[in-house]
Amino acid sequence: MGLELPKYPEMEEDQVFNFTDSEIVSHVKQALASVLSGDNNSYNQLVGVMHHSKHLAPDEVALLETTLKALAGAVSSIDITYHDSLLSAIFCMSMWNYGPHVADALAELIVSLAISNGKYLDLCLGMLVSNFTPPPYFLDKLKMPHGLERKGQVLSRVHAAFKKIADYVPLAPLRLLTIVLQGMPTIYHKDRAIVIYVENMLKLESGEIGELVGSTILMAVVDRLIELDVEIGWDAILQDDFSKGIFEMELEDVDDIEESAEPDVGEFRLSRKSLAGNSIAELLDNLLVLTFEHLESCEREGRLAKVFETLLQSFQVTVLSAYKSKFAQFVMFYACALDPENCGMRFATMLADLFVQDSQPQPTRMSAVSYLASYLSRAKFLAASSISSMLKRLVDWCLEYCEAHDGDINPNAHRVFYSGCQAIMYVLCFRMKVFVDVPRLKSELLIPLEQVLKHKLNPLKVCLPSVVEEFLRQAKAASLFTVCKTFIFDGLLESELSRAFGGLERLDTFFPFDPCLLKKCDSFIRPMFVFWSMVKPTYDDAFDDDDDDDGSSDDLVQDFVNENEDIMNDEFGKSFDEQGVDMDDFDYALKKMSITPKATSNYKFGGRFQEPARMPSRIRPSTSPESL
Amino acid sequence: MEGLSVADANLLMYLHPSKSRNVSQSILRELGSLLFKFNETFDGVLLAYDVNILDKQAKILSGVHPYFGLRLKANLLLFSPKPDMLLEGKVVKLSQESIHVIVLGFSSAIITAENIHGEFKYRTKDKEELFASKSHKRHVIKVGTMIRFLVKSFDEEILHIIGSLISTHAGSIRWLDRHLEEDSEFDRSFSKLKSFI
Repeated sequence: MGLELPKYPEMEEDQVFNFTDSEIVSHVKQALASVLSGDNNSYNQLVGVMHHSKHLAPDEVALLETTLKALAGAVSSIDITYHDSLLSAIFCMSMWNYGPHVADALAELIVSLAISNGKYLDLCLGMLVSNFTPPPYFLDKLKMPHGLERKGQVLSRVHAAFKKIADYVPLAPLRLLTIVLQGMPTIYHKDRAIVIYVENMLKLESGEIGELVGSTILMAVVDRLIELDVEIGWDAILQDDFSKGIFEMELEDVDDIEESAEPDVGEFRLSRKSLAGNSIAELLDNLLVLTFEHLESCEREGRLAKVFETLLQSFQVTVLSAYKSKFAQFVMFYACALDPENCGMRFATMLADLFVQDSQPQPTRMSAVSYLASYLSRAKFLAASSISSMLKRLVDWCLEYCEAHDGDINPNAHRVFYSGCQAIMYVLCFRMKVFVDVPRLKSELLIPLEQVLKHKLNPLKVCLPSVVEEFLRQAKAASLFTVCKTFIFDGLLESELSRAFGGLERLDTFFPFDPCLLKKCDSFIRPMFVFWSMVKPTYDDAFDDDDDDDGSSDDLVQDFVNENEDIMNDEFGKSFDEQGVDMDDFDYALKKMSITPKATSNYKFGGRFQEPARMPSRIRPSTSPESL
Repeated sequence: MEGLSVADANLLMYLHPSKSRNVSQSILRELGSLLFKFNETFDGVLLAYDVNILDKQAKILSGVHPYFGLRLKANLLLFSPKPDMLLEGKVVKLSQESIHVIVLGFSSAIITAENIHGEFKYRTKDKEELFASKSHKRHVIKVGTMIRFLVKSFDEEILHIIGSLISTHAGSIRWLDRHLEEDSEFDRSFSKLKSFI
C-alpha cells in the first residue's frame, strides 16, 4: 500500500537480528532528535507505524508493539512542538483496535508520557478517557463474547493506567475529574456511548482513586439521569382518563401491556405502552440499571453508607428541585432497600426535616412530603415502627399548625399544611391495617389526627378526593373515627380545591414512587415494592380469615411481607414468558397457605436472585454463610 | 527545604448573599477551593491557612448581586519553587532515563537523564535499579530515598517540577547530611591544626 516500515539498523528482510531494548530506544531517540536538525525520514516512518491500525499482520503487530515500547523509553526526547504529528498520532490511537500486548505497550507509553512532563498530563488523561468508549464500528459488537472480552481487556488497562499516573503525579485525579466530566457524552449522542461511559465513571468511583473523585462523579451521574428523566415528557405517559381513581389496579401485570387492548388494565396515570420504543426511556432504563448494580457492589464492599451520603446530597440538589422527577428517584429507593435501617431511615428523616423547616421554600417542602408519603407507602422494607414514627412527626406538625392558625378553609394560604395532611392520609391508605390493631399507636397517632382532620381548615375537603375517599372508607371500616359530614366525591380524582392547593406545579397529584414504568428497572424494584393490590384494606373482610392471631403490628407486617415475598420471588423464578398466571389469583391462592419462616432455598432461583444483596434486609440471611 | 514560606495576608473576600447564613463555613470553603492550586496573587501554591475575621461588619457591593466584602487576616503556608532552589522529595520511580520524585506529597518532579549525568551512574544491583555516585560508593539513590535536588523549572498549572541533580548539594539527603557533618568536623579540626601552625 505504500507504507514504508522503518528500517531498524541492519535489518534485512531475510535476516532476523535480536536487538536489545536499549539499542532500539537509542535508535528511536536518534530519529526524534534528527527532526530538530531537519532530517525527517526516520521520524516520518515512526509516525507511519502509529497510524497503521487496521488489519495488521502479525509482524506489523510486533513492530507496533516494539515501537511503542521504545517510545516509552524515549519520552524525554519527545518535544511538544517538533514532534506534534507523532503525539497526535499517539493520542488518536484506540486500545479497542488492538490485542492485549499492543494495548499494554500503548498504556505504558501513555503513562510514561503523562508523568514525564506536566504539558502532556491533560492530553494523556484525555486519551485514556476517550478510550472509555469504543470506536463506532465496535459498539454493536459489545454484546458479543469477543466484544466483551476486548472491553474487559481495554478497560482494565485504562483504569490501571489511571492508578499508575496517580501514584507518580498525586494531583492527577483532580485533573482527571475535570476531563471526565467534560467528556461526558450528551444524551443526544446516537451511538449510546453514554451507557459505557457511565459504566466507566462508576468503575472510577469504586476503583483505587475512588476516594478522591467518587462523590463528584456520582453527582454527575445523577445529574445526567435527571436530564434524561426531564426529556421524557409527562404528556407522553399521562392518561387523560381522570375518572379512574389512584387506587384502581396498578401496573403489576408483567405480561406485555402493549398487547392488552382492555381499557381497564392498570392505566390510571401512567402508561407503559407509550414508553415502549421511546429511546430516551430505554437509555434511562439502562443507566438506572447500571446505577443499581453499582449500589449493590457498594453494599457488598461495605461502602454503601458513605456513598449514600453523596446520593442524599445529590437528591436534594438535583432530584428534589427537578420538576416532578419520574424515575431518577428510584436510585434512592433502591439504595434504601439495600440498607433499610441506616439508609432507609436516613432518607425518610431527611425528607421529614425538609418538610418541617420553615425556611425552605414552599414547593420544596411540598415536594419533600410527597416523596415521603410515597416512600413510606411503597417501601416494603420499612419497619412498621419507622413508618409510625415518621407519621407521628407529620401528625404532630399538622396539629401544631392547626393550633397556630385559626382560619377557615383556604387552599392557597395553607398549601404546605394540606400537602402534609394528604401525605398522612395517603400513607394510612396503604398501612392502616397495621396501625389499627396496636392500641398505643391508635392513641398516639390517630387521636391527634382526628383533631387535625376535624379542624376548621378542613383538609378533608381540600385534599385530593380519591385519597380522602379511600382513607375515609378504610377509617370507617376500622371504626377509627366518625365524620360528621359525608363526603360525596363521585369517584373524582381531583377537585377545584385540590388543584388550588396543588398550585401550578400540581403537587397535589405527585406520587413519585408510583410503580416504575421502566422495564428493567422495575425488575430490580419489584421485590421491595408495595403494590396496591398487595395492601389489605380494612374494609376487605375476605382477607381477615388468613391472618394469624393477634400479634404485634410488626408480626402483621412481617406476615404481610412474607406472603408477598413468596409471590414475588416465585414469580421471578420463572421468566416473564412462562408466567401466564394472573397476579391476583396467584396472590389469593398463596395467601391461603401457611407461611413458614424463610428458608434460604426459596431464594435459590436462577439468575440474580441468588445474590443475597438483592433481598430486603429484613429477610436476608445476612450473617449465615450458607446463604452465599 | 527552600520554597516554603509563611505569609501574613490581609484578605478581602467577597461572598454571595446566599452564603450569609453561614459565613464562617463559606469562608473556609472559599479558601479551601484555593488549596493545592497556584495562586498568582500569593505567588505560590497555597498549602494551608489559618484565618480570622477582622471585622464583623461587611460592606455590601452595589450591583445586580449584592455581594458583601469581608475583611480577613490569614496566615498562609505557601510553596513557590523558583529555579536554582533546592527541594526535597521522595523517589517513587527510577529508570535509566529518569528519576520521578514526589515533593511534599502532592507535587511531582522529574529529573531526566541529562540532568543526572556527571555525578551519578545508573546501575542494577540484585535486580534493583539505582543511581550510585561515581566518587562515593555509599552515596546511592533508589526508590524510596529522600533526595535533595535543584529546581530547573516549575509548571504552575500542573505543579510539576523539572529538576536536576547536577549540584554539590544534590543527592540522597541522608548521605549529604552525614557527609556535610564529616566535612565540617574535618574543617574544624583542620582549622585547629592551622591555628597551631
